[in-house]
Amino acid sequence: MSPRDWELLLAQARAARLLARLAQLCETRGWMAAVPDGPRRHLESGKRFADRLRFEVLWEVEHIQAALQALPTPIVLLKGAAYLAAGLPPGNGRLFSDVDILVRREQLPGVESALFAAGWIAEKLKPYDDRYYRQWMHELPPLQHVQRRTYLDVHHSIAPPTSRFAVDGAALLTGCRALPEEPRLSVLAPVDMVLHSAVHLLQEGQFDGGLRDLLDLNDLLLHFGADTSFWPDLLQRARELGFGVPLGHALVQIDRLFGTRVPDRWAAELRSLAPPSASRRLMASLLAVALRPDHSSCDSRLTGLARWLLYVRSHWLRMPWYQIAPHLVRKAWARSLERYRSTPPAEAGV
Amino acid sequence: MILGQLSAGDLARRLAGPGLAIRTGPFSIRMRSGIDSLQTAVALLYDRHSVVDEDAFCDFTLEIVPARGLRRWVRPQVRLFLEGQAPFEPLPREHAFPLLEWSMNWCISAQAHQYLLLHAAVVARAGVAMVLPAPPGSGKSTLCAGLIHRGWRLLSDEMALISLAGGELSALARPVSLKNESVRVIREFAPEAVFSAEARDTSKGTVAHLKPKADDVACMDEPARPRWIVFPRYLRDAPATLAPRPKADAMLELGRNAFNYALLGQTGFEVLGGVISASDCYDFTYSRLDEAIEIFDALFRQHRG
Repeated sequence: MSPRDWELLLAQARAARLLARLAQLCETRGWMAAVPDGPRRHLESGKRFADRLRFEVLWEVEHIQAALQALPTPIVLLKGAAYLAAGLPPGNGRLFSDVDILVRREQLPGVESALFAAGWIAEKLKPYDDRYYRQWMHELPPLQHVQRRTYLDVHHSIAPPTSRFAVDGAALLTGCRALPEEPRLSVLAPVDMVLHSAVHLLQEGQFDGGLRDLLDLNDLLLHFGADTSFWPDLLQRARELGFGVPLGHALVQIDRLFGTRVPDRWAAELRSLAPPSASRRLMASLLAVALRPDHSSCDSRLTGLARWLLYVRSHWLRMPWYQIAPHLVRKAWARSLERYRSTPPAEAGV
Repeated sequence: MILGQLSAGDLARRLAGPGLAIRTGPFSIRMRSGIDSLQTAVALLYDRHSVVDEDAFCDFTLEIVPARGLRRWVRPQVRLFLEGQAPFEPLPREHAFPLLEWSMNWCISAQAHQYLLLHAAVVARAGVAMVLPAPPGSGKSTLCAGLIHRGWRLLSDEMALISLAGGELSALARPVSLKNESVRVIREFAPEAVFSAEARDTSKGTVAHLKPKADDVACMDEPARPRWIVFPRYLRDAPATLAPRPKADAMLELGRNAFNYALLGQTGFEVLGGVISASDCYDFTYSRLDEAIEIFDALFRQHRG
């Protein structure tokens, strides 16, 4: 690779939040020695950053456990924190941000109080946004710790009640597994973890982490797929919870990018779960464009449109039609009124 | 090739077009900008720096371009773009060169975690270095500018780059940023000093950049060992006073003045500990530059003797 290629690669990786993962890959495959000095320093630097974040996440998780351990609900770690705590492959080289947990819906008020007592405060939101979270979505408003300034998202399910893919959190809690070293903490069952990843990918309106999320999903499929009962269990669970559509879309992208696919003997069953052809092709092409790293080198004329269509669709999936239009209009208005917040350069430590 | 060897036309063409990359210590930085005042400042202040090949790897590519829309012409503004993102608010067009300098510092401080990075000025003499940490307004840049015109070598006026392997300090040898009264003080103190045009009404007041000495640029690859850590404080009419500071206290304060101390965790702690162990730590109060220089010269003679 030419030096300029390296620059481009690093820039794309940074935009996709995959720099540390790229560094991890080079290390694991023994390629680091072959990487030229300049790029290698950037990879190593990115890795140091990710290494630090692991500590910080585990520290957060300890605090969360301490705050909630007396409550009659499992404390289920989701996404990044789960991968790290359970030692799963997507936890390596990861840039963690918030911690997400799932608790029993009936316990939400108690959880919120316990967290408040331990220093997590709900961001002060406008009443509209507060209602958005509490009534329409599947989370308390984001909580921020008053001292550590870290964020915590508390869910009672993995999709909002208004969503096309609504699922009762209780169904997920039945499958969750306690962590061996830390029995008070749990993670979702492998099939649920995979389905959550697929649903999350397609429901969230933001795609700048899309490639990263697909890599995670691929890691999970390869890791869990070693167990012969995994794929049939996955398909059955998808059918039970009504997640056939997002799983289908996600698997198309996984196959396209990584060649990981459902074993042949289960292919027919996947087809019966997957959405009809025309919409599958449309989604596939939209996703293929939208999931590229958010860097100008990856943009085509269609990128903006693809991302916008998927953004709108993600809302359509999460809310009934009579709620979407007013919501999106209001959001756009609020954004244009809000000043773009950034650190003035002269105060950025220099 | 040295930047000063480029013709004015070539320099302008490269800066406005594909970009011009220079080496500053361990970093290769590509700059792109069609803004006249920025091009003039670069030509003046970086003329002794090596130009990096167009095809070579660069650590950062900084673009300073006019803001879009109305602010391109009405009270014109400029913006930094880094990897397609604009991380900062736009600034007035006249502040384009200070914006470039601040952006370079920001990039290094945010990403160069192969070093322990302290917010400090660093000067050196005969292979040993003095680290001057301090929040803005403490007078460290003025001190730094004064020292480098009285026999000390400039490593950096804003950032101490401490190697994680051996605790040595690396040089950037870039222009020194001075503000307000300091500019006048240094012009008097060192009449031979070369300055960029002054940028007024920045968030720091009036800012000008001082050209690094040719020798300091030529030596940019020579590291220095930490020897003194001096916490300066400018105090009107105060006599120059050097007071020893307990090492443990100095270490805590240095940690607070670091960009990535927490990020580096245990490694950061060990490296910082090593730097502190190897150094004499002082608090320093002063008002007159010449008195300050005398004190530091005495420190150096003590070290030598």
